[in-house]
Amino acid sequence: MSAAIADAPQLIALVGNPNCGKTALFNLLTGSRQKVANYAGVTIERKEGIAVTPSGRRVRILDLPGLYSLEPATPDEQVTADVLAGQRAGEGRPDAIICVTDATNLQLNLHLALALRRLNIPMLIALNMSDLAQRRGIRIDREALARELGVPVVETVGVRPAGIAELLKRLEHEWPLRRVTPDPQAGGAIDNSRDHAEVMRILTAATAGTELADTLSDRIDRVVLHPVAGLALLAVILFLVFQAVFAWAQWPMDAIEAGVAALADGLSALLPDNALRSLLLDGVLAGVGSVLVFLPQIIILFFFILTLEESGYLPRAAFLLDRLMGSIGLSGRSFIPLLSSFACAIPGIMATRTIQDPRARLTTIMIAPLMTCSARLPVYALIIAAFIPRQTVWGVLELQGLVLFALYVAGVVGAMAVAYVLKRWERGSRFQPLMLELPSYHLPHLRSLVIGLWQRVQIFLTRVGTIILSLMIIMWALSSFPAPPDGATGPAIQYSIAGYIGSGLAVLFAPIGFNWQISLALVPGLAAREVAVAALGTVYSLAATGDEVSGALTPLIAASWSLPTALSLLAWYVFAPQCLSTLATVKRETNSWRYPLIMAGYLFALAYLASFLTYRVALWWTGGT
Amino acid sequence: MVEFGEAPASHSLVGLRVGACARIVSVAASSADISAEMLRRLVDLGFRAGETVRVIARGPVGGEPIAVRIGTATFALRRQEAACIGIIA
Repeated sequence: MSAAIADAPQLIALVGNPNCGKTALFNLLTGSRQKVANYAGVTIERKEGIAVTPSGRRVRILDLPGLYSLEPATPDEQVTADVLAGQRAGEGRPDAIICVTDATNLQLNLHLALALRRLNIPMLIALNMSDLAQRRGIRIDREALARELGVPVVETVGVRPAGIAELLKRLEHEWPLRRVTPDPQAGGAIDNSRDHAEVMRILTAATAGTELADTLSDRIDRVVLHPVAGLALLAVILFLVFQAVFAWAQWPMDAIEAGVAALADGLSALLPDNALRSLLLDGVLAGVGSVLVFLPQIIILFFFILTLEESGYLPRAAFLLDRLMGSIGLSGRSFIPLLSSFACAIPGIMATRTIQDPRARLTTIMIAPLMTCSARLPVYALIIAAFIPRQTVWGVLELQGLVLFALYVAGVVGAMAVAYVLKRWERGSRFQPLMLELPSYHLPHLRSLVIGLWQRVQIFLTRVGTIILSLMIIMWALSSFPAPPDGATGPAIQYSIAGYIGSGLAVLFAPIGFNWQISLALVPGLAAREVAVAALGTVYSLAATGDEVSGALTPLIAASWSLPTALSLLAWYVFAPQCLSTLATVKRETNSWRYPLIMAGYLFALAYLASFLTYRVALWWTGGT
Repeated sequence: MVEFGEAPASHSLVGLRVGACARIVSVAASSADISAEMLRRLVDLGFRAGETVRVIARGPVGGEPIAVRIGTATFALRRQEAACIGIIA
């Protein structure tokens, strides 16, 4: 016994079909003792946790991406196959496998179990969702299954700790698990039809009863997948998510902004007026504030995404939208991330993790910033208020509202065009397989939701937060140094590095109608789009702060800019890559600087082109030169 | 051409109405776009000669994708994938 314990497994891999309840089981096994990272060199999420056995021993549990067969068809499956073969760089070969098997879907799941058995790694089967199978009239003889498969079988219910305790106990008490007699075929080509015959033999020996023809999932699907009712339901769900992200997030966002402002006021009273105070207040505190303020939106959005994902609805949404999104080279899974990007591109880009196809994911990331995020609203509001007359067109429509709507549409159309071009450019007309499983519906588990949300929050605050914060501090330094010379008459920012960059940019931006004030304001606007409004206030030497700026600024810019310049700036904001936080998120999500740089480049080119056309057409229209 | 099957099919899964059942008789590439890996995957998911399939639903545009019940699992297939699956009613 003591020898067995000394020999107990160090690293156990959880392996199973997608949708077999593996992640819920992993959450139960490891609780909050989880570490989420990426596999080296790829953007596939790697989840490892610590489980404690009944005797108090700690074992590492690796939650491998779900797969249907050991002959991988997707990058996720490739990772799992490589790790199990001991061929993935930086990953040790697991000492044991817990093969998670969905009892309601045994035929499909047993194929994987047979393939895993051939790996000659000690294995134990967790027969998951056995309660659900029983309710559906499927009776599984656990002992017969264990006998026929030649491996221990433990019944688990993804939400109940009892099965988990049993799982860990069996793992410890029966260690070392008997290695399965190698299959005579091992090493040679695996004949799928032989496996199939074996699966059917095991099923006959170990199961009884037939599944009820019409399950609850089927009845739900008759509405959810219905061409009319299903689309209507999807529209309602998306509308609710969109509303919640905007409306529910408003008061915590206001509270965070007020809290940061109050802290800044308190600090500014305490500290002497010098560069250090400026760094703390305008750099660090403003930077932290601009990161934290997105947190409520991220939490609300991911609450909905995780709920929809866990319940099994997300693949249905993908089913309904597949054809539409497929026409621009995306899949139905891209829809939710793109919708989220209307609130902010950062949670949208983080949400692309639910897209399995890496190309579709990359395309979605690339076009996410074209969805008009909420941070662009202050800029739009300022320019529209100054230049678009308040009048009603065609009897009912507000012209100002119409222009705002047109700006949103321009972003969507731009995004579709870019996705279409990427599709042509990257993969030509190559056929993209779908073969998407529509799993049975499940009530989401609160525990899994909380763990999932907490992981998103951690990723956002630690990884993205640190990059955003450092970029904000760099922006602060560029806008503050060098200090204006004694007796300077212009605003301080004009004499800083940012000021020089701004006047340099003015040459570049002259063809699209931007004056030096606009060009200069674009530089601090890189930190966060809405900062451009405050920066314009600074450039036009206004002492006001925050919301007061746009009020005071409206008549000023109405007097000093021409209409073509204003329209050009609007067009610029539809496409331009002004937000460093987004680029930082892309860097984090793609694990390379390549894609944020490509993104910045293409958005810049698109914005310049759109502004140039807008400016020239508007000049011609208004009879200017 | 890779082919898994017992007899030439009279129809493919593409033509099956929502709610209708049929027996699979072959799984074979329907066009040059379908690679051997994709066929292999269809078989891995359970689409084999002798199995019974039922169409659960069709997508709202052009009847695509097609939600197909096979055994106790349901998969959404694009038209070209469904065309690989030969059936008899």
